[in-house]
Amino acid sequence: MRYAMAIDTNKCVGCADCVVACQTENLVPHGYCRDWIVEKVDGTYPNLDMIFQSERCNHCDNAPCVRCCPTGSSHIAEGGIVLVTHDECIGCGACIESCPYDARYVHPDGYVDKCTFCIHRVDKGENPACVDVCPTYCLHFGDLDDPNSDVSKALKDRNWYVLAPEAGTDPQLYFLR
Amino acid sequence: MKEELIVSGKHLPKIYPDLHLWHWEISLYLFLGGLAGGIIFFAAYFVIMGKEKAMPTAVKWASIVAPLALVIGLGSLFIDLNHKLYFWRLYTTIRFQSPMSWGAWTLLLITPLSIVWVASYMKEMFPSWDWKFKFLNKFEAFVIKFRKPFAWIMLILSLILAVYTGILLSAFNARPLWNVSILGPLFLVSGYSTGLATIMWISQNESERKVLSRIDLILIAVELFLIIHLFMGFMAGTQVKQEAFNLFLGGPFTVSFWVFVVLIGLIFPAVLEIFELRGYHVPKWVPSLLLLFGGLVFRFVMVEAGQITRYLY
Repeated sequence: MRYAMAIDTNKCVGCADCVVACQTENLVPHGYCRDWIVEKVDGTYPNLDMIFQSERCNHCDNAPCVRCCPTGSSHIAEGGIVLVTHDECIGCGACIESCPYDARYVHPDGYVDKCTFCIHRVDKGENPACVDVCPTYCLHFGDLDDPNSDVSKALKDRNWYVLAPEAGTDPQLYFLR
Repeated sequence: MKEELIVSGKHLPKIYPDLHLWHWEISLYLFLGGLAGGIIFFAAYFVIMGKEKAMPTAVKWASIVAPLALVIGLGSLFIDLNHKLYFWRLYTTIRFQSPMSWGAWTLLLITPLSIVWVASYMKEMFPSWDWKFKFLNKFEAFVIKFRKPFAWIMLILSLILAVYTGILLSAFNARPLWNVSILGPLFLVSGYSTGLATIMWISQNESERKVLSRIDLILIAVELFLIIHLFMGFMAGTQVKQEAFNLFLGGPFTVSFWVFVVLIGLIFPAVLEIFELRGYHVPKWVPSLLLLFGGLVFRFVMVEAGQITRYLY
């Protein structure tokens, strides 16, 4: 089993519903977020090209945050989801320094927090909150090992890229273009 | 002209300043850890070489500083933790892939052992010293009996301790300035040099200071050599490495690094030490203070600058 997410950058309008859905679902404290929107513009005026990327933890296969965690609090759960066990976390910040995607932050309660792919929903067979709430259906979640999953189907006929592949982390967020 | 603009929707002031997470606590610990490592290394080294009599400061008096530096350093690391009450979780596991894990275990060993080291010399330093309890006297006799094996253990632990201060940073792939393997040896040499500076400052013995001064000159030369190699590596590296290098060549850390670390913290004290060895009178605290200052600034610069560097995507 290998959970992954595909983000269709052609469909994303950058409304940030995914961000708000995550904050509501996971009771993310005010002023913090586990997912966010990046707006990229390139080209030469007046021929500019703009895309939106809905970003979150990449749930890397070769996760540097898990490797450098001194207590084993950061770990890889079933399906490749990278999680933090809160009462094992000492808040040293090694994982935050090791993440090329800046996907982690220090929760006001002291432990380090991040996207969990809504594992509490996924365990019940549901989608992560951000996926379910997306008004343009640009987020696709599922098991890469299952050819009939939403994410496998989305990746099948499309070109995609991942963020900072040169970091060697084997990220599992696929951006469709 | 090709324009590229990246706007992140993560404009959340509570998150972004926090990603620049490590501040003076880490820099101070890296400094004190290296300094303690240096003091312990030379104390152990001179015992192993059988030069206890010739090097009284290095073996006995200066070694009092090591546990003090370690305890202050540990306190500083503790202050840095965000989930403080769970710090004991470090000691419920050993994670070989995490430098911070074996660094924590090394500290757990070397801190009490450095106190034992000082305790075993208490009677030599203060002849009227009395341990009051019988078991303490027995323990002291035991340590003195096995002093050489003890020195070997301390020598190895001090190497791990000082190398760890560099490897802690170099293990982070995501920060290109830190992610260079030469950082381990560089922090080791720099830490030992600050340790020697402390011993030289305390030492009252002219001939001992001369020996230490000569060793220190070699360490400074090696350190400069490693710094040159560090920057050669960055210049020949990928774009992210070059961006890291630019912070030191025209960027915000240019003056603090080349003037305060290299010139005032390494070259200037080295010149003063050479003059001293040639027989000129140099107040002994001047080169020591400059070396300690340079070592401290070096760690502040590396910790702060490293967190700015990142992958470009």
